[in-house]
Amino acid sequence: MKAAVLQHEWRPSATFEKLRLRARLLANVRRFFAEREVLEVETPLLYPATVTDPLLHSFATRYTGPGAPAGRTLYLQTSPEFAMKRLLAAGSGPIYQLGKAFRDGEAGRRHNPEFTLLEWYRPGFTLAELMAEVDALVRQIVGASLALGSTQYLSYADAFIRYVGINPHTASVSALRQCATQHGITPPPGLTDEMRDGWLDLLLTHLIEPQLGRPYDTLAPLFLFDYPPSQAALARIRPGNPAVAERFELYIQGLELANGYHELGDAAEQRRRFEADRVTRQAAGLSVSPLDERLLAALEAGLPACCGVALGMDRLIMLVAGVSTIDDITAFPLAYL
Amino acid sequence: MGTVSTNEFKSGLKVMLDGDPCSIVENEFVKPGKGQAFSRVKIRNLKNGRIIERTFKSGDTLEAADVIDVEMQYLYNDGQHWYFMNPENFEQIGADAPAVEDVMKWLKAEDVCMITLWNGVPLAVTPPNTVILKVTETDPGLRGDTSGGGGKPATLETGAVVRVPLFVEIGDLLKVNTRTGEYLSRSKA
Repeated sequence: MKAAVLQHEWRPSATFEKLRLRARLLANVRRFFAEREVLEVETPLLYPATVTDPLLHSFATRYTGPGAPAGRTLYLQTSPEFAMKRLLAAGSGPIYQLGKAFRDGEAGRRHNPEFTLLEWYRPGFTLAELMAEVDALVRQIVGASLALGSTQYLSYADAFIRYVGINPHTASVSALRQCATQHGITPPPGLTDEMRDGWLDLLLTHLIEPQLGRPYDTLAPLFLFDYPPSQAALARIRPGNPAVAERFELYIQGLELANGYHELGDAAEQRRRFEADRVTRQAAGLSVSPLDERLLAALEAGLPACCGVALGMDRLIMLVAGVSTIDDITAFPLAYL
Repeated sequence: MGTVSTNEFKSGLKVMLDGDPCSIVENEFVKPGKGQAFSRVKIRNLKNGRIIERTFKSGDTLEAADVIDVEMQYLYNDGQHWYFMNPENFEQIGADAPAVEDVMKWLKAEDVCMITLWNGVPLAVTPPNTVILKVTETDPGLRGDTSGGGGKPATLETGAVVRVPLFVEIGDLLKVNTRTGEYLSRSKA
């Protein structure tokens, strides 16, 4: 029905009031980083390699012309991470990028296949220092419109123990399945016993996330940190019992806003993770992009110890605008194309 | 009918779930930035009308349900079946009691209803939003009272009982909202 109504709609989805708000918030972000002397950079959106994470899907396209007469496959970046790390290894110092990122297969109330990502890197920062800076940014951007409560920090394990009474590091898949069932969730048919992280994601999205960053009906930033090593992606793993990925996510009012890492600088370990992902992707029948040898060479040359974070600007704008769907703050979302 | 995947989920889509025909009411795409994508749906069981919540992993499939809505004219009932006719091809079809249970008190001959068919068999009958029915029984009217305040029960020709203003009399034609069961007005027609 909606599709039929929208078939001939040429006007934007968002009101001009919301588009003006978007422009204002983007300007605020640039001011925040200018004051802190973080360099704005632009790296290619089209890049010959892409994320290997089996749960992220890239758009592929082809360049043919001078420099590549036979054609060359390029991927729209799901985040500008690879190229930004090459800048860091080359000695850029602190950098940020505010631009479009692309993810195939993602559209909904909180997702659009093309969205605005704010990504920044801080050489020499600890993860705690970066979380504090994310907090400062969010307070500067959101604070003018919304009253925010004091910031909370909760480990991934404590969140699971608090809200669903299970230890995410040690629970078996059957215990996770049972936990879902006990909370009234009928297990999704395609979620198999091999997908332990999928079961954690099910509990996280259905039972835990809605509780995060809304204490006593107020809004407050909440940082979830110390993820299972199986969800490390490009974060360092801190040995221990249990070992944890040095990664955090920011939530406000149940909305996932940012994902940060203590960045993995070990080229050999990075290559091993890329290869493992590629095996998983191949087995799942997903496309496999070439290894980014230039990134690996940059890591070998030496990535300065640093932390980095990517923040979904659209969601931050949604929060300030007080709307529950990304279409309300996007000029032309998927349904309007 | 084939299968439909989570990418095809949208409100109004008819699917088979646990052996029953269902209609998707709401579909929400849920995905942690680096995690598994899910479709979280609210689904109405078309047999019993109940709405349940289910979650599917992105890529999961369901069997499509052969469910269609057809406009048909109500004819009569024999106590076991309620008969409807397709005004275009004059085909007749009998709906059993469970399909008309909630609405039989609004069914008047010749009214056009929406019949939901599953594999050609009536699953549910939706009467028009408003119907005009004759009063067969009510307490005597009170002259002079046209305010509509207070009120009294009135039995209509189909057996439905509605709350009406005091001035309504036996033989009056009333316009009634079938969704709320409320009296709307007296009718000339």
